Amino acid sequence: MSVQTITKVQELMHTTRVEDVMATNVIIIEPSQTVADVKILMRDKHISGAPVMDKGKIVGMITMTDILRAMEEGRLHEPVSQSMTLRVKTVLKDSVVAEVANILGLKGSSRLPVVDRDGGLVGIVTTGTLTRYLLRQLDKSLQKNESEKLHTYRASHIFQDIISDDTSLVLRFVVDDKDFSNAGKASSLIKRALQRLVVNPQIVRRVAVAVYEAEMNLVIHTDVGGEILVDIRKDKLSVSAVDHGPGIEDLKQVLQPGFSTAPQWIRDMGFGAGMGLANIKRVSDMMKLISEPGGGTRLDMVFNLVSPD
Amino acid sequence: MKLQELIKVLNAEIILENHGPDEDIPVGGAADLMSDVLAFGAAGMALLTGLTNPQVVRTAEMAGINVIVLVRDKKAPPETLELARELGVTLVRTGYTMYEACGRLFSAGLPGLGVVRIRNDSW
Repeated sequence: MSVQTITKVQELMHTTRVEDVMATNVIIIEPSQTVADVKILMRDKHISGAPVMDKGKIVGMITMTDILRAMEEGRLHEPVSQSMTLRVKTVLKDSVVAEVANILGLKGSSRLPVVDRDGGLVGIVTTGTLTRYLLRQLDKSLQKNESEKLHTYRASHIFQDIISDDTSLVLRFVVDDKDFSNAGKASSLIKRALQRLVVNPQIVRRVAVAVYEAEMNLVIHTDVGGEILVDIRKDKLSVSAVDHGPGIEDLKQVLQPGFSTAPQWIRDMGFGAGMGLANIKRVSDMMKLISEPGGGTRLDMVFNLVSPD
Repeated sequence: MKLQELIKVLNAEIILENHGPDEDIPVGGAADLMSDVLAFGAAGMALLTGLTNPQVVRTAEMAGINVIVLVRDKKAPPETLELARELGVTLVRTGYTMYEACGRLFSAGLPGLGVVRIRNDSW
C-alpha cells in the first residue's frame, strides 16, 4: 500500500501541469496600498501572501512575515512597496508539478505566481493548493481501486454464497451486425466478468481471444447479428455464439485456416484473414460448429476452469 | 525494455499516456492483421501497427497488450483514442515505417517472439 501510494504521488508529480493545480482567483496588491490595509485584507481573505502588481507586471510579493517585520519596524502605515519581497520567482503554467515542488520546498518560498508564455499572471500555486490537489487525486485513485476490489470480492463468492446441486451463471449479450465500432463490447464485458470471478488470468485471456473472434464473426458475416451466451460453472465455462444469419455452405472449407469470405473493407481493418476459427479452436478446450445454409449458425466453445490433474 | 527507452529509440510521441515511463515491455511484435495479434500476441507485448481503427485497441485488450505504437505518424481517430482511454491502453506514434521501427527496437535489445507456429491447425 505505502509503496503503491508513493509511486502514484511520483506519477502525479511528473504528469500534472501547474495550471491544473493552481488557484486562479488571485488576490492582487497594488504597491501604493499600506501595510495596514494589506494586513486586514489578508485576515479577511484567509491568505498569507499575495503578489504585488504594478501596471500588469509583478513587482514583488508581500507575505505575513514581511508584514510582521514592517510592524516591528514601525512601517505599518507606509506603502507595501517599502516592505515587500522584491525578488519573485515565477513558474510557467505548463511546467510539471515536480518542478514547483522543488522550489516550494526551499526556505521562504511557500507560494509562486503562475505566468503564461507572455509573462501574464494566470494563477498562484502554494504548498496548500498543491497538497490539496495531490490528496484529492490519491483519494480518487484509491476509491477506483477499492471499488474494483469490492466488485471482485462480491462476484468471486457467488459459487460459495449460492447453494444448489449445480449452480451456473448465465450471461447473455446481443451483438448487432455491421456495427464495427462497437464490436468487441460483449467480449470486453465477458473478460471483466471473469476477472471479477477471479478466474485464472491465462484462461481469461484464452476466453477473451476466442469470444472476440466469435463476436467479430457475428458482426462481419451475419446480416442480422446474433447472441453470445456464456454459461459459467465452478469448473467449466461454455460459450455459444448463435445467429440466424445465412448459415454456412461448406463447414469443412470455413475450418481451413486462411479461408475467408470477408469483404475488402473488413480486410482493410485488419480482420477477415481466415484465422478466426483456427484461433478459437487453438485456445479452447472444445469447439463445435453447427450450421446449414439458411438455418443460421451455432458455435460452441468450452473451457475447463480446473486443470484435470 | 522500459517504455521511456522505446519512446527514445523510436523518437516517438505519446498520444495517450496510461503507463509510466518505467513500464516494462518484455517483448515486441508487429502486425496489421488483428487475428495474428490474437494468435501470437503475448501479454505485455508492444504492438507496432499501421492500423488506427478502434478494433486495434479492442484486440490489444483481449491479448493483454498495454502499449500500441502507430507507425508512419498515423493519426488515430477520436473513437480509437476514446476506447484506449477507457481501457487504459497507452498509444504512441512514431515517424518511422513499420520496417524501420521494428529494426530499431530489435537492435536496441527488444526481443521478438522467436519462431511461432499455430500448434493445432488441423482438425
